[in-house]
Amino acid sequence: MSTLIPAPTPNPEHSTSHADQHAAPQANMQATSRRRLLQAGAAGTVLAGAPFAINIVRAQGAPIKIGFPTPLTGAFSAEAQDQVRAAELAVKEFNDGGGFNGRKVELLVRDDKLNPGEAASRTLELIEKDKVDFIVGSLSAATQLSINAVTRERKVIFNSISQSDAINEAKDWSPYTFHEALNPHMTAGAVARYAFPKYGKKVVYLTADYAYGHEMVRGFERAGKALGATTLADIRHPLGAADYSAFLPRIQALKPDILVLCNFGRDLVNSAKQATDFGLKESTRLVAPVLLFTSRVAGGADAFEGVVGGTSYYWGMEDSIPAAKAFNDKFRRAYGGAVPSDYGALGYAGVRSVLQAVVNAKSTDSDKVADALGRLEYNWYKGNQFYRKCDHQSVQSIIIVESKSKGMKDKNDVFSVASIEAPSESNLRSCSELGHKG
Amino acid sequence: MAPLLTPVLTLIARHRVLSVLLFLLIFPWLMPYEALAVNILIFGLYAVGFNLLFGYTGMLSFGHAAFLGVGSYLTGMSIVHAHLHWLIAIAIGVGASGLVGALMGHLAIRTRGIYFSMVTLALGQIVYYGFYKAERWTGGENGLRGVTVPAFEFAGWTIDFTNPVTKYYVMLGFVAIALGLVSRILASPFGAVIEAIRENEKRAAACGYDVARSKLLVFVLSAAICGLAGSLRAIHLSVVPIDSLHYLQSGQAVMMCLLGGMGTFFGPFVGAAVFLYLEDVVTTLTRHWMAVVGTIFMVFILFFPRGIWGSLIARWERATTPSAQT
Amino acid sequence: MVELTPQLLGLQLVTGVALGAIYALLAVGLSLIFGMLTVVNFAHGAFFMVGAFLGIYFQTLTGSFALSLVITPLVVGSVGMLAERFLVRPLYGRGIDYPLLLTFGLSYVLIELMRVLFGIEGLPSSTPAMLRGSVDLGIGRFPLYRLVLIGATAAVVLGLWLMIEKTRFGLIIRAGSRDPEIVRVLGVDVARVWLLVFGLGTAIAGLSGVLAAPTRAVNPEMGITVLAESFVVTVVGGMGSLMGAVVAGLLVGVVFSMTSLLAPEFAELSIFVLMALVLLVRPQGLFGKAGLMG
Repeated sequence: MSTLIPAPTPNPEHSTSHADQHAAPQANMQATSRRRLLQAGAAGTVLAGAPFAINIVRAQGAPIKIGFPTPLTGAFSAEAQDQVRAAELAVKEFNDGGGFNGRKVELLVRDDKLNPGEAASRTLELIEKDKVDFIVGSLSAATQLSINAVTRERKVIFNSISQSDAINEAKDWSPYTFHEALNPHMTAGAVARYAFPKYGKKVVYLTADYAYGHEMVRGFERAGKALGATTLADIRHPLGAADYSAFLPRIQALKPDILVLCNFGRDLVNSAKQATDFGLKESTRLVAPVLLFTSRVAGGADAFEGVVGGTSYYWGMEDSIPAAKAFNDKFRRAYGGAVPSDYGALGYAGVRSVLQAVVNAKSTDSDKVADALGRLEYNWYKGNQFYRKCDHQSVQSIIIVESKSKGMKDKNDVFSVASIEAPSESNLRSCSELGHKG
Repeated sequence: MAPLLTPVLTLIARHRVLSVLLFLLIFPWLMPYEALAVNILIFGLYAVGFNLLFGYTGMLSFGHAAFLGVGSYLTGMSIVHAHLHWLIAIAIGVGASGLVGALMGHLAIRTRGIYFSMVTLALGQIVYYGFYKAERWTGGENGLRGVTVPAFEFAGWTIDFTNPVTKYYVMLGFVAIALGLVSRILASPFGAVIEAIRENEKRAAACGYDVARSKLLVFVLSAAICGLAGSLRAIHLSVVPIDSLHYLQSGQAVMMCLLGGMGTFFGPFVGAAVFLYLEDVVTTLTRHWMAVVGTIFMVFILFFPRGIWGSLIARWERATTPSAQT
Repeated sequence: MVELTPQLLGLQLVTGVALGAIYALLAVGLSLIFGMLTVVNFAHGAFFMVGAFLGIYFQTLTGSFALSLVITPLVVGSVGMLAERFLVRPLYGRGIDYPLLLTFGLSYVLIELMRVLFGIEGLPSSTPAMLRGSVDLGIGRFPLYRLVLIGATAAVVLGLWLMIEKTRFGLIIRAGSRDPEIVRVLGVDVARVWLLVFGLGTAIAGLSGVLAAPTRAVNPEMGITVLAESFVVTVVGGMGSLMGAVVAGLLVGVVFSMTSLLAPEFAELSIFVLMALVLLVRPQGLFGKAGLMG
């Protein structure tokens, strides 16, 4: 007897009533289940025939689909939404220019909730249900690695637009994996090369205790060694910690020249703010590997005053770089005067690179496009870029910015460009170190 | 409605495992895409495992994500680091969750009620941090990647897990075995004992049942089943995300059971299906899916505490009991 | 490795106390609600978060931090009372799990509500101008605001204690947490008391949010980890005990602070280990009553 919610009558009576009931509605019930079976069968036949239908439609000019998983909800939703805006700009540009052999591009945006499990599920959905041709997206190391694990098994091109060191490594990499964004090693190295000679040699790291944080420290220390910098301490804090006060007295006591806040987004906002509260700025220069435009706007001028950091793009570059001006103007026209953020620009570039490769390859076949993408040289918004052969890492310039609180022309004028490090393969870890052969 | 529903439900009640499996056989065709169907299968199993402890024995654990996670990670690590055969990896995942269940259970059983929930929450978080820190083995925050199973031959068929339909039916096989086991357990005298414990623990002890041992046993069984769900999940996603172990994941199990109907056999599956399907649909309609999920959950607690399936069953019971005066 | 001077240890201790102050406030609210209503408020972290958001909002609106300190808890408490009256009250007969689960769902809704009202990135929060800067304590520099925070918490706790010990309402609370049945029999409108207590508990959560906002980033997710930490404190102190909440709050704050200094990677883990230990060795916590819901 099945154990359902306790019946009001004891068991023996129950079974008797069942024996009675069972005989009569036999036919009725059979009819019901047969009907169900027919319905299911019909549905199944339709679905089984569906792939054929889709293939026929595709040959006649079906849209090229790009899947775009990104955390529309969660801690980085602001950056994600900017990524979407910029990506849609790239798609619109391409479609307005005629598309590919008359075929238009469709951007399928999905919310991965900044959750690797969700990212994997969404990617499976995009590939299996929506039958996308390519995937561009992600806004965290964990989610991009998750997406990559799914795409590489199914030979779908994935162009990742957020930071990760691990995605370059042979373990995770595949011929279909491309990395548009900077990685921690490049960013940390560039910031170190700027900040250490300028501000001093004694360094303390306040590091978010996860892979990304560790990768940042590694990048800093390696560049620092060449410059004669010494690490006084590497203090690990829990990812997403709200309160840094527990770590600050120790940092105070160490009296470093530079305090590197090896964390990201909200963690950076929090730690910068609290370091300011504890009066650390009086004796120490605060440095961050990545200064996000949106974080700075959200965190406020006060907390970030004087903080120096790296970024892949800042709209203020338009004064010296024509490609930036062209890109900014396009964005302003499309979005009512708004300027693109760093991750926004990556959203644009990620999509545009893939589409250009499709044009160059004259095909949407994954292997052909991957080949064309690997050989692409481009300048979408900040100067010349190309993908390194062994790990498909986009070799690009790195911008060092300093946050400002005075002399801001408008609410977007939050950084001054301190220096731009030219693109160079020497910023990257060597192919052999990453485990790639040849 | 009632005349049609009653005999169907009667049949389902009598052959519950078979009915569930029949439904699950055609299930992928009812869902917009197979990955969702697989997710529902996995989380349905997770909820069934959780329900064993919560719905049938009355113990609200907030640490069950630990078992889902341990199953996922141990299976994943067996494949990625030890290159073991996937079947062995699954066995290891299930075994490991059972073990962790025994350990956690042994510690938690001493407490009751709200303290039990709090202990399981704390122990679950400890497991979470443990796996988080062991970055070399688990990938830490990046998760464990590369849990892939190469295509293989079986009885003349090529089984390739990148084919979503194949993956679904292979996993259904495992779920079927687990469900059969759960059904057997519930129908056995042991099943009666754990329900007795839920109704009145002191009385069950007075009747001579070893309450502590029964609780521990059901805890371990529950852990093993959730571990199996985790093992399947690792293979399904090709990754193991760290938040498989976070207490919010435990909260999901509670929600699914409540939505579907605690203390019913099919309820957790219904709950998981509704929850995941809704989440999928709602996410495409609005950014505010969290509010929708939260509201639906509250509505159910207030007005349909028996859950969807539980309410259906209750109505059926009223209809089929001759002396029904409810 | 930095030298562990007495000054550093002393400064770290003060830091722990400041951290503990927020924990203590949160735990007081939780304990109050649990002690009186036997409800585990899974939305407590969310109310904390709402308090932080509204605190900034009212501060920007009125230009005064002090004013927002008064208004915000009142608003948050009202929301709490609405929740009690319409969402929690129907569930009282049903067993301890249902209100817990309901508040879990409520937290989801509150988080999303704040996203809708204030945006997804959160609000920039800064220390009120008058309270900025750091003070030289002799053992090192310490933010002035955090000292004020410790003082404010002490004042609130004192006020609460006075209310509970010296007023009639407080008497009812004390009696009610010991034996709700008798209190009802004695003619007290228990429903009204529970409404007010829930409101008070959530108001305190909101207040701690306002106080905590200048020290951390204010975003809709800030309550999720805070909730787990509040549970740790309430359990360690003893669910239902206010003295326990305060003592445990400070204890957990100091433990976290010291572990952050000596073994920072295990700081988060350490408080959960503490929680597990207390539950296994002395489940009623440091000051709780044995047998309560156990």
